Amino acid sequence: MTLTQTATATDPGVIPEAPLLVANDLVKTFGNGVRAVDGVSLQVHRGETVGLVGESGCGKSTTAKMILRLLAPDSGTIRIDDVDLTNLRGKAMRRLRARLQLVPQNPQTSFNPRLSIRSSIDFNLRAHHVARAERGPRVLEALERVGMPAAYAERFPHELSGGQLQRAAIARALVTKPDLIVCDEAVSALDKSIQAQVLNLLFGLQRDLGVAYLFISHDLSVVEHLSDRVVVMYLGRVVEEATSKELWEDPRHPYAEALLSAAPNSGRARIVLSGDPPSPVDPPSGCAFRTRCPVALERCAEARPPLVISEGRHLVACVNQERVSEPVPV
Amino acid sequence: MSTPTNVSSGLSSGSIASGTVVAERPTDAAATDVPTLRLTDLRTTFSSRGLKVAAVRGVDLDLRPGEITVLLGESGSGKSVTAKSVMRLYGGYASITGKAELEGRDLLTMSRSEILAVRGADVALVPQDPTAALDPLRRIGAQMIEVLRLHKAVPNKAAAKARALELLDIVGIPDPPRVFRSFPHELSGGMRQRAVIAIAVSCDPKVLIADEPTTALDVTVQAQILDLFLSLVKRLQSAVLLVTHDVGVAREVGDRVGVMYAGRIVEYGPAAEVLDNPRHPYTRALLDSMPTPEVARGDLRSITGQPPVSGQLPPGCAFHPRCPSCFAPCPDVDPELVDAGPGRLAACHLLTAADVPVTLAHSAPGGDR
Repeated sequence: MTLTQTATATDPGVIPEAPLLVANDLVKTFGNGVRAVDGVSLQVHRGETVGLVGESGCGKSTTAKMILRLLAPDSGTIRIDDVDLTNLRGKAMRRLRARLQLVPQNPQTSFNPRLSIRSSIDFNLRAHHVARAERGPRVLEALERVGMPAAYAERFPHELSGGQLQRAAIARALVTKPDLIVCDEAVSALDKSIQAQVLNLLFGLQRDLGVAYLFISHDLSVVEHLSDRVVVMYLGRVVEEATSKELWEDPRHPYAEALLSAAPNSGRARIVLSGDPPSPVDPPSGCAFRTRCPVALERCAEARPPLVISEGRHLVACVNQERVSEPVPV
Repeated sequence: MSTPTNVSSGLSSGSIASGTVVAERPTDAAATDVPTLRLTDLRTTFSSRGLKVAAVRGVDLDLRPGEITVLLGESGSGKSVTAKSVMRLYGGYASITGKAELEGRDLLTMSRSEILAVRGADVALVPQDPTAALDPLRRIGAQMIEVLRLHKAVPNKAAAKARALELLDIVGIPDPPRVFRSFPHELSGGMRQRAVIAIAVSCDPKVLIADEPTTALDVTVQAQILDLFLSLVKRLQSAVLLVTHDVGVAREVGDRVGVMYAGRIVEYGPAAEVLDNPRHPYTRALLDSMPTPEVARGDLRSITGQPPVSGQLPPGCAFHPRCPSCFAPCPDVDPELVDAGPGRLAACHLLTAADVPVTLAHSAPGGDR
């Protein structure tokens, strides 16, 4: 298998039948009583980009870490194709990790400062027992893929700018020929002009290689741009899931509406929510968003609203169909 | 075009709402329209191991009461260094030249005791990260009283406490007595930033410098803090210098905006006009690189290349290696800020050259993959 053949064709819009990743009802409670993730389910198809948005503390990174099995879920299951990796250990888990890679937020801290870029990328192949003769060409191929001259392979992290280093981090993830790359705020630390370069690169790689992304960000305009579908989280739960077009044009959950109105190019009047996100140690009863919700009803305090189909594949966890603002005419 | 969005009122009642054209500022200091803070040819240079790095290379700026001036730029453009240089926060580490006149008194030549009296009182700072700005071992109340007492804004301790509680209320903290007794770690990020803002405005500053005041906050909390900021500026009639990398923030709260690149202001003018109709290719490119629903995936118009490293600036216009409209004079001559419409300035050869070969071009879509 070469880098160009890792996945099936990915005509955007046509979603193949069986999902690549299925995470079902994930729950994670930390020792201090924080229920960071409270029943999150999501699917990623081959060659698809799923955006995961929410504010700090909403559990998006914890969800990602469980999917990568860097954290063990308390309950719930994670499957890649037919492999249940919820309880996978040792060698079997390591083999699977080649298919699941991570591009972290801050490349400055995710590269060993004392290893050259080549060594860092090579390390990822060594971890997967790739033969020495094969490793050299694959490192260079990955660097070429992300648009870095081969000369950069011998450089050290401090010799590269933030944008270049993030390209190297993408190369490091690509080199194991993954099916899914988790991008955890992968462009958030970059300047806007560089961010655009990296977003274009990520899209080009997906088009050429068919890799799927779970793209985590707090920046809705970036998520909307890159994603096919978007999952909005609030305080450990999914509150809305829709195609990125639907979400952008017609958000149904009041929180998603507020979040969207804060994006610079949304064309909406900014909805200012009162108060702070509540503490996940002691979440409000019923709907976790009701304490800040502009259209909260009395019954929102009673039961946690289930995530239900609002229309087609548009899922919303809200009992009130009233919008905070008028939908944007399409 | 249109009159600048000048919201000046209050302190300078009856002042003429004229455009702040830096190049044509009145030479007479007794003119009616005197800025609260005037920066003239501000230059900040850091020296390290014999290497000189010019982080700010000649900034002129007028700040007026009740007006928010935004310095917009990417990391390394010198926007934060400009703000901190005004407050002389670099001590002996930087050489700062030019002038920073607060109502005629140059902050840069003040004695140590004079600048200490000004800092926190006449010129106050709202830093980016409230967690780092607050002392983790002292209660919010004590940290507020310290500033009020230091600048003798209140006659005694009891008055200081009363004033602190009042300030916490002004910045929209729901339970002032509780927050007054709290340690910083007991508050959320948004509440901490409100407390920091309360400290900054506690001595009714004439100039408020805010360095990325919402960057460390969540999106929905950002909106609250920006609202608070706008209402405080109206109330206090302070002259505000707001440093940000976020075009959305600049558009929302800025009266005027100065776009910085490689240590210089390359475009300046009323915020709405600069951001809707940029005259400098860098401003244009920066706006173009924003993801919007209209742009197809993978087709973002990115700016090619990397921002220059301070200390290794290209000759001529610092933006020319990345500029889609670059032509003959650009690699050789660094353009001056010139008139670019009512109240507007831009530093680009396109505006002055007699035979311009290209117009203000958009960068190539999906250019750098």
